Amino acid sequence: MNVRMNDTAFLRKAEVVARLRERLPRESVLFEEEDLRPWECDGLSAYRMVPGVVALPAGEEEARHVLRVAHALEVPVVARGAGTGLSGGAYPIADGVLLSLAKMKRILSVDPAARTARVQPGVRNLAISEAAAPYGLYYAPDPSSQIACTIGGNVAENAGGVHCLKYGLTVNNVLRVRGLTVEGEVVELGAEALDAPGYDLLALVTGSEGMLAVVTEVTVKLVPKPETARVVMASFDDLGRAGEAVAAVIAAGIIPAGLEMMDRPATRAVEEFVHAGYDLEAAAILLCESDGTPEEVEEEIGRMTDVLTRAGATAIRVSESEAERQRFWSGRKAAFPAVGRISPDYYCMDGTIPRKRLGEVLAFIGAMEKKYGLRCPNVSPAGDGNLHPLILFDGNDPDELRRTEQFASEVLQKCIEVGGTITGEHGVGIEKINEMCVQFSPEELETFRRVKRAFDPKGLLNPGKNIPTLHRCAEFGRMHVKRGALPHPELPRF
Amino acid sequence: MSDELQRLADSIRAAAAARSPLRIRGGGTKDFYGQALAGDLLDTRGYAGIVDYDPTELYATVRAGTPLAALEAALGERGQMLAFEPPRFAPGGTVGGAVASGLAGPRRQAAGGVRDFVLGVRMLDGRGDDLFFGGQVMKNVAGYDVSRLMAGAMGTLGLILEVTLKVLPRPAAEATLRLEMPEDRALETLNRWGGKPLPVSASAWSGGELTVRLSGAAAAVRAARGKLGGEAMDADAAARFWEGIRDHRDPFFAGDEPPWRISVPSTAAALPLPGDQMIEWGGALRWLRTQADARLVRDAASKAGGHATLFRGGDKSVGVFHPLAAAVARLHRNLKAELDPAGILNRGRMYADF
Ligand SMILES: Cc1cc2nc3c(=O)[nH]c(=O)nc-3n(C[C@H](O)[C@H](O)[C@H](O)COP(=O)(O)OP(=O)(O)OC[C@H]3O[C@@H](n4cnc5c(N)ncnc54)[C@H](O)[C@@H]3O)c2cc1C
Repeated sequence: MNVRMNDTAFLRKAEVVARLRERLPRESVLFEEEDLRPWECDGLSAYRMVPGVVALPAGEEEARHVLRVAHALEVPVVARGAGTGLSGGAYPIADGVLLSLAKMKRILSVDPAARTARVQPGVRNLAISEAAAPYGLYYAPDPSSQIACTIGGNVAENAGGVHCLKYGLTVNNVLRVRGLTVEGEVVELGAEALDAPGYDLLALVTGSEGMLAVVTEVTVKLVPKPETARVVMASFDDLGRAGEAVAAVIAAGIIPAGLEMMDRPATRAVEEFVHAGYDLEAAAILLCESDGTPEEVEEEIGRMTDVLTRAGATAIRVSESEAERQRFWSGRKAAFPAVGRISPDYYCMDGTIPRKRLGEVLAFIGAMEKKYGLRCPNVSPAGDGNLHPLILFDGNDPDELRRTEQFASEVLQKCIEVGGTITGEHGVGIEKINEMCVQFSPEELETFRRVKRAFDPKGLLNPGKNIPTLHRCAEFGRMHVKRGALPHPELPRF
Repeated sequence: MSDELQRLADSIRAAAAARSPLRIRGGGTKDFYGQALAGDLLDTRGYAGIVDYDPTELYATVRAGTPLAALEAALGERGQMLAFEPPRFAPGGTVGGAVASGLAGPRRQAAGGVRDFVLGVRMLDGRGDDLFFGGQVMKNVAGYDVSRLMAGAMGTLGLILEVTLKVLPRPAAEATLRLEMPEDRALETLNRWGGKPLPVSASAWSGGELTVRLSGAAAAVRAARGKLGGEAMDADAAARFWEGIRDHRDPFFAGDEPPWRISVPSTAAALPLPGDQMIEWGGALRWLRTQADARLVRDAASKAGGHATLFRGGDKSVGVFHPLAAAVARLHRNLKAELDPAGILNRGRMYADF
């Protein structure tokens, strides 16, 4: 029986390869074990699976062919950009096609007058800003992975970055997406004009983790580079106070160009790496940026400094040059590699919470560090309520991996409990699929399945990600938490 | 569940069982917008009130039947605003109607549209199921973005019960300038300014006059005034002027020719169409008053890379909204069939066939 199954799988794979090669050149269809290995995981490297076939179309026509073949043969398709995703969105399927958009990396046009760029999906995020720089423009969403991640992946995850508090997320900075349905039909969503007619399918596809359509072209908004930017670095001797300071800045009517927090374990880990001059005695530091005209920045930096001082900052430094500003931020951007040096493995969480609950959630994470005996430095775009606690563990120790996953799951459920969400920008993927059962009711999950059916009735685009099945939720067995309040909050839980 | 919510859910369930259409309505200030109205009236105004507003979190959660004016007043008291400046047209409009119609005012190009400010919704779908999507935080990618989908869906996919909107501080300073210039120069000028870090928050050109509003830190507004030139308008007159544009009380909108709302890339050349035009959104919105044939208007809009809506009045049989490409129309019908299988919610209000 086993042998026959394998035979069927083998024949099927051979058929897929043969059909793909009708339109794609040989080197663009990979199927030998050794060629497939490099594609076995994305940034969530604890989970690996060798895909059946990898297809690398050079353009939309070839991508269309891949989808048509897969649709005709009812083979699942997983789109992949640069594979930097942290939730396993591009985790392959054993007998599926991994559709890499990496070869489609041309910047089709930059229109400085209209302030837009039209690019293929495999273009790297930073490459867009580089192409726009000669015109004094840039693409605002700047994930820390921007040198590597692709715009297609950014659209699929609705990626955010340091500047999102003021300039918005991917969804707020993309005007139009051209894509392919699972059947290989071309659709244009959004427009270079504003408020396209009909439903906002552009917003619906943004953040849909490659489950509704494959993105083949994107028109992004470009914004004028501010004349100048400066950053305030404030030290706090208490994590809770740092959290309150974040809320105080916003309460004062200031929308910083960036507002991020690093706790002491994080600053200590990165300082050695980047020599940014962080205050290593502080329990936490905040980086608070202002951008605009020199006059505007001067005025705003003054107000920020006031608010942070009143909120209990123990020390304040303001960047005096562009080089110093870059240095202050360097630790934030290098946090992941730096943490990678002090621990064999780390696990990055991504919950978002209302800013005012920051102190409480940070204290909860502290308690979890003790409960599970694992360290957890924090580097967070706290200004928008997003948290990226990094649980440090050793993947070779199965018990540490198990404790890490429980630790993470408890923190995510805490995020839901305080009225937040399990993922701010990294996506659900395969990683947080269980917690979806906690955040959403069965009817809400069913609505997601209906949306999926409207686009992909056979469920061939990236199946098994993002939206849990009923069965899966029953197995996970944790109850749905209603809008920031557990049912019967008067009863003790633990 | 409150009685009123129960009533709304029961109405939808009963209508779904009977397959008899419902017409969702708040204050009725936008009855003119969209295709013909059909079905039994389902009034949302009984489900009203601000559920949660915390200025430090920059959001307000509001029931759909809440008067827009009440929300704007509450925000104003704390120095905040709805940055997309939803048009009111007449007194009595509700928050639900403002979100469902997806219409934004003069600040659209600078601040974003309605969908850019929707953080979450609570809704009843066409089965009467009570559903929450999104939430109260700015960053949230759990599941599909159903809440943004509701903005501009004209109530055809569900009844919005509550909506959480991102709010922003009011700008510390504003100034309005007026410059004389012909249409071509105005378009060129607006796009040139758009490429510079200038705090332009609204623009309106008509009849050879360009009016621009600057908003931001006092220092930035002062510096920009120097760079842009033109004549400064008195603050009260300026406020009245922008409200007139926002709510269509400006004289441009008076008269018999139906207004078309044409959105094009901001750099599109002057549209060769008969009738008066008013240009907003840095060039991205062209209002046109004309009796010209719908086909002529839509061809010109399509050629320029945009789309045209027959905004008010006129012959609606030509389709109020720009026709959709076949593949996109199919996705619309599929979504409608999934979320409102009996096809009862504001049926045909957006496109005649769903
Ligand atoms: C060090 C590091 C730092 C990071 N920092 C940030 C950060 O600051 N902010 C942030 O938001 N994220 C961050 N990320 C996460 C990641 O970079 C983003 O999610 C990014 O958007 C993924 O892009 P990608 O091209 O690598 O996509 P992939 O990982 O290849 O794919 C991600 C998802 O998108 C889908 N997809 C990819 N391309 C397409 C397409 N063309 N059409 C349809 N679906 C597609 C895939 O199926 C998958 O579901 C970070 C990751 C790392 C490793």
